Amino acid sequence: MMKFMLLFSRQGKVRLQQWYSATQEKEKKKIMRELITIILARKPKMCSFLEWKEYKIVYKRYASLYFCCAIEKGDNELLTLEIIHRYVELLDKYFGSETTKKNFLKAIPAQDFFQEETSKKNCLKAIAAQDLLQEEADATRNVLEEMGLP
Amino acid sequence: MSQLLEKLTMPAPAKLRDLIRQIRSVRTQAEERAVIEKECASIRGMFRDEDNTYRCRNVAKLLYIHMLGYPAHFGQLECLKLIASPRFTDKRIGYLGAALLLDERQDVHLLVTNSLKNDLNHNTQFVVGLALGTLGNICSVEMSRDLAGEVEKLLKSSNAYIKKKAALCAVRIIRKVPELMEMFLPATKNLLNEKNHGVLLTAVCLITEMCDKSPDALAHFRKQNKMVPQLVRILKNLIMAGYSPEHDVSGVSDPFLQVRILRLLRLLGKNDSDASEAMNDILAQVATNTETTKNVGNSILYETVLTIMDIKSESGLRVLAVNILGRFLLNNDKNIRYVALNSLLKTVQTDLNAVQRHRSTIVDCLKDPDISIRKRAMELSFALVNSNNVRGMMKELIFFLEKADPIFKVDCTSNICIAADKYAPNKRWHIDTMLKVLSTAGSYVRDDVIAHMISLVSEASSLQAYTVQHLFRAIQEDITQQPLVQVASWCVGEYGDLLMSGQVEEEEPLQVTEDEVLDTLEKIMNSSGSSAVTKSFTLTAVMKLSTRFTQTIPRIQALMDQFGSSVDMELQQRSVEFAKLFKSYDHMRSGLLERMPPLDAKVGSKGEGEANTNGETTAVSPPASPAVKQEEGNALLDLLGGGPSPAPVIPQVEKPAAPPAASNDLLGDLLGLDLSSPAAGPAPMVPGMSAPQPQVDMLGGLMDGVTPQPAVQMSANNLGIPSLIAYEKNGLKIEFSFQKDNSNANVVIITLTATNSTDTPMDEFVFQAAVPKTFQLQLQSPSGSVVPASNMGVVTQVIKILNPQKAPIRMRIKLTYNYKGNNVNDMGEVNSFPAALWQ
Repeated sequence: MMKFMLLFSRQGKVRLQQWYSATQEKEKKKIMRELITIILARKPKMCSFLEWKEYKIVYKRYASLYFCCAIEKGDNELLTLEIIHRYVELLDKYFGSETTKKNFLKAIPAQDFFQEETSKKNCLKAIAAQDLLQEEADATRNVLEEMGLP
Repeated sequence: MSQLLEKLTMPAPAKLRDLIRQIRSVRTQAEERAVIEKECASIRGMFRDEDNTYRCRNVAKLLYIHMLGYPAHFGQLECLKLIASPRFTDKRIGYLGAALLLDERQDVHLLVTNSLKNDLNHNTQFVVGLALGTLGNICSVEMSRDLAGEVEKLLKSSNAYIKKKAALCAVRIIRKVPELMEMFLPATKNLLNEKNHGVLLTAVCLITEMCDKSPDALAHFRKQNKMVPQLVRILKNLIMAGYSPEHDVSGVSDPFLQVRILRLLRLLGKNDSDASEAMNDILAQVATNTETTKNVGNSILYETVLTIMDIKSESGLRVLAVNILGRFLLNNDKNIRYVALNSLLKTVQTDLNAVQRHRSTIVDCLKDPDISIRKRAMELSFALVNSNNVRGMMKELIFFLEKADPIFKVDCTSNICIAADKYAPNKRWHIDTMLKVLSTAGSYVRDDVIAHMISLVSEASSLQAYTVQHLFRAIQEDITQQPLVQVASWCVGEYGDLLMSGQVEEEEPLQVTEDEVLDTLEKIMNSSGSSAVTKSFTLTAVMKLSTRFTQTIPRIQALMDQFGSSVDMELQQRSVEFAKLFKSYDHMRSGLLERMPPLDAKVGSKGEGEANTNGETTAVSPPASPAVKQEEGNALLDLLGGGPSPAPVIPQVEKPAAPPAASNDLLGDLLGLDLSSPAAGPAPMVPGMSAPQPQVDMLGGLMDGVTPQPAVQMSANNLGIPSLIAYEKNGLKIEFSFQKDNSNANVVIITLTATNSTDTPMDEFVFQAAVPKTFQLQLQSPSGSVVPASNMGVVTQVIKILNPQKAPIRMRIKLTYNYKGNNVNDMGEVNSFPAALWQ
């Protein structure tokens, strides 16, 4: 099982962090700092996997963003690479040509989706439907606001 | 009215998008902090005002701020309010916030439970979905117990969307509260009949988790005869079904589901022959039919190989698996090579022959640019060395050693040593290899390897000339590698005469004069790069040369005098004593410094090696320890004691039978200790006294401090009393070795040696002993309080027991130490002391 997932830029700024187990804030920060340093120091020719503490870390670079997952010893690293790729494709499709950096809010639930849903289409459908629901609600609200009612 | 006006005129809080834009436009960290603080202040103000309209926007901004690493706990209650709101937008952000901010360590965590309960029964599937998702993320033990029933109900819902979310939530709940597993068992039966891949995937996840956590569940699923065939069928459909655009990833249909199923099959088939048999076919099919051109295909193959290795598969299947791994090794993608090497490491224990076939590929990987691959290849290569391929492998490994990173060198040298020891075709090759290792990675060689090398040379009498020539040449060029210098100077000292005689088979003899040899040795002694240990080695070597060389004795004498005033205590002591030998005991010099008989060489696992034993079993490790003085005295004593022993291997040194006997007492008197040892004649091997062992010990004693070995050998004074294992439990072994005190026959000196064969050091090690009232016990300070792991070092301690009544010795011992963070206490009794001690 995936323990956590990090997205960070080439400068080392964290764009997204998703933790799948309860960890202290301090711990989280420490882990992130360490990992980011290690991964940014890797040369391009090196392996995408590394062993760190009791996890295996799988990372991949897309343009200027690093996607990094921590999996348990028993998990399949190659498959994790595929999962990362799927995720990137999903985000790409959903946000179109816009870079993913600005829409993190939607990115997080999208991530939960891909863990369960192997069909890209269904995934996107679900997110779209939720958005629709939200928009409908929003539309109603805006009208009301226009009319001056809270 | 005025309120309304107010609301209309107040500017709306910034949208999240604007905030993000603002933050990204600042240049410095300080500016960013300022922006964020300002925003936080405004958000906090708005929260205080209980503003419903923009709450979700504010919380959204807060979540972004939290993600950047700033504190956001003041938003927790707001998330609760959002969740309770009927609007979907609010709920969405609220649940998101809860998932991010409200893990189980927060105080307000439990307040979410009620909202969750309501939302789990909501009409809209998306709301239910949100609730399930968040519950899965943040569930605590209490929350799980409260809501497990609802989740179970939802597992049976007809809505696929809800079903799969419920399944994942169940996985999390089971992880938190394993006892709840039984509640979910019945529902799983039907889950596998679904067509929807999402449901299938999550169902397999759920079952895997159950089997993982509970062997009962595992047995249950195995017994359900339908499970394995069902899984096999699903897998088959996946592979056989044509192209399905929905689930396709680069030509493979739904690899995620495939891998998950394989994983579950692995769990089910482990140690169960029936289940394994049922899967054999499908595994073979997957292994042969999957596309290997893309990473996806390879990931499935990898999982298949792992499964084949774990279950009780037939041998043909296993060979297939190893071949797949071999193919991986040839792949261009370094990730795949890495994965293959890793898996091969695991399988090499069981399927050695199959892996041997790929040996050449593995050896090639030693030259890979990626360091992790090189490391794995090195480990694997060592596992594959056997008597057939040892020559070729060693060549490759030594080549690897030259280029290797320092972190590898230590392990590599030790492993080469072990492998060479096990499989060396002949002595000459063995010595050659060791010479190469020493000169290539001289500074990284472990102490036990040094000792082993020395003992090797002393055994191989025909090759001593050859070895000493090579070593001398090596140190002429380079004196910085300490282990190399140590071995070389020991050899030069021992076999200096062979160096002079210039008789070496098959090689050009080295023409060197005595002065040149002394030049080199002197250089080593004066160099600041040489360690204290090295200098001690060299000093002794120079001294030994005084009997081997003929022309340069005055020079040697001068050298000794020079070091008599050295700052290092060890050197000073040695040189003073050696100088004294020249002056007053010149007649015994040759006897003392004669050739050593073959040392007992044994290299066990890394870190063990007994060849270099100490004559004294007192303080072993630091050369400059206070016990050294006594050691030195005893060592010289042993020298004399061992002098008259028969050593037919060494022809050139005369053995004066009578004078040593006299000199024994002379020196004994001088040093104020009276020797109770019998001056044995050359022929009869009196046990303990004149066995070759003591001779080992004496020069070993002079080489003390080099190797803190678990010394098991007897000391020359012990009259042949065997040592005793006093305590052996949990990897800790304590050995007692005995000697009688020479000044008082009623005193027994016990030296205890503690070793640790586990892989974690034991620290704060304290040994206590108690004896019956008729005895008096004196416990001296131990050499240390940490027993290093894997027998890499020892802790020694001296116990003196006064036994005036000559009664059988009995002792109670108590040990305390810290092991892996736990305090360990243990007691024991030692009753089987050898009777010779008090008779």
